[in-house]
Amino acid sequence: MERTTLDLWVGLFVVAGLAAVLVLAMKVGNLSTFNMSESYILQADFDNIGGLKARAPVKSAGVVVGRVTAITFDNATYRARVSMVIDKRYKFPKDTFGKILTAGLLGEQYLGLDPGGDEVMLKGGDKIAKTQSAVVLESLISSFMYNKAAEGDANAKKP
Amino acid sequence: MLERGLAAIRGTGHRVVNAIWRMGYASRFFFAVLTHSGMSFRRFYLTVKEIYFAGVLSLIIILVSGLFVGMVLGLQGYETLQKYGSESALGTLVALSLVRELGPVLAALLFASRAGSAITAEIGLMKATEQITAMEMMAVNPIARVVAPRFWGGVISMPLLAAMFSAMGVFGGYLVGVVMIGVDDGQFWSQMQSAVDFRRDVLNGVIKSGVFGVAVTAIALFEGYDAPPTAEGVSRATTRTVVTSSLAVLVLDFLLTAFMFRGI
Repeated sequence: MERTTLDLWVGLFVVAGLAAVLVLAMKVGNLSTFNMSESYILQADFDNIGGLKARAPVKSAGVVVGRVTAITFDNATYRARVSMVIDKRYKFPKDTFGKILTAGLLGEQYLGLDPGGDEVMLKGGDKIAKTQSAVVLESLISSFMYNKAAEGDANAKKP
Repeated sequence: MLERGLAAIRGTGHRVVNAIWRMGYASRFFFAVLTHSGMSFRRFYLTVKEIYFAGVLSLIIILVSGLFVGMVLGLQGYETLQKYGSESALGTLVALSLVRELGPVLAALLFASRAGSAITAEIGLMKATEQITAMEMMAVNPIARVVAPRFWGGVISMPLLAAMFSAMGVFGGYLVGVVMIGVDDGQFWSQMQSAVDFRRDVLNGVIKSGVFGVAVTAIALFEGYDAPPTAEGVSRATTRTVVTSSLAVLVLDFLLTAFMFRGI
């Protein structure tokens, strides 16, 4: 029966192909680690988001707790509004501090959450009140140069 | 002098008109394949047989190429990444380049040269030996009986082959990066998982390979069906299949990438 052996090979082929898709989804992609359905949305306004992108991780104490979903510009306040989804398992106090940080020296930027001490927890749709912008290299260098120049002036006047 | 110039212009015009003519014929052929697809699903055994020829028999070349492409990516990626002290991003590099681009594209190129050329040669030869005409004489529609099952066999096989290529490539990258060179195992997988998104990367790769499957199989079938019924005609059609479908895959890849990942 040639027919059954052929069917067996094709069946094996299809199973192997679907298994490969599954491996790519579970092991390579992050389908298993983060479930979008069981999550709540938070927002935060930043003066400057630097290089933060949608889909960047939201971390607290180095653990990924959520993901940035959208970044928009608020024309009323001239600030960037970052929306993120947080896994339902994790709750953060009302006075949580949101920072834009960089992984490593040249790494990707991510949103760090520093929990405060408030009793009340953030709910879905809430806004993180206290934020710290990304460090922009240019402004860092310019403030350093300015300080150096001021120091030089002070030194020149002293003697 | 004037005559020679006129002849050149006439020749160019003839070629252009011919190309457009063929294009129209190809579109009509593609449409006929789609409308006569009923039989390939009603008598699914016909399609299963073509999945065997197009997919199962291409497995070896796909798996071995995938493994080696992944291993080369691991080696080259490590060489460059270690200069910046970020060899832990090796997993991300290997997985993203495979899932997004190399998996679908290389699998489609291999598929075009392995299965596409076989399809063209088979149908061209069927035409040359007048089997197609014989079918028509017996009131069997050759498009429904011969062409459509091959089309669906190729379209079903291609995404599966591309997924296997990518998975094998990631395994190859793991072999070289973690087992041979000694990148940290946990970092390799965790960085990969945080960077690769299912919908955006994996699913888009699958969609890409599906589109490539349609393009490669349709081109192979048309070239075979349109081949002059001579030995030379079939051999030319086979060559044209590989050239045209490879180009089509690369151009389509650019277009699809532009649509899918524009936001980066």
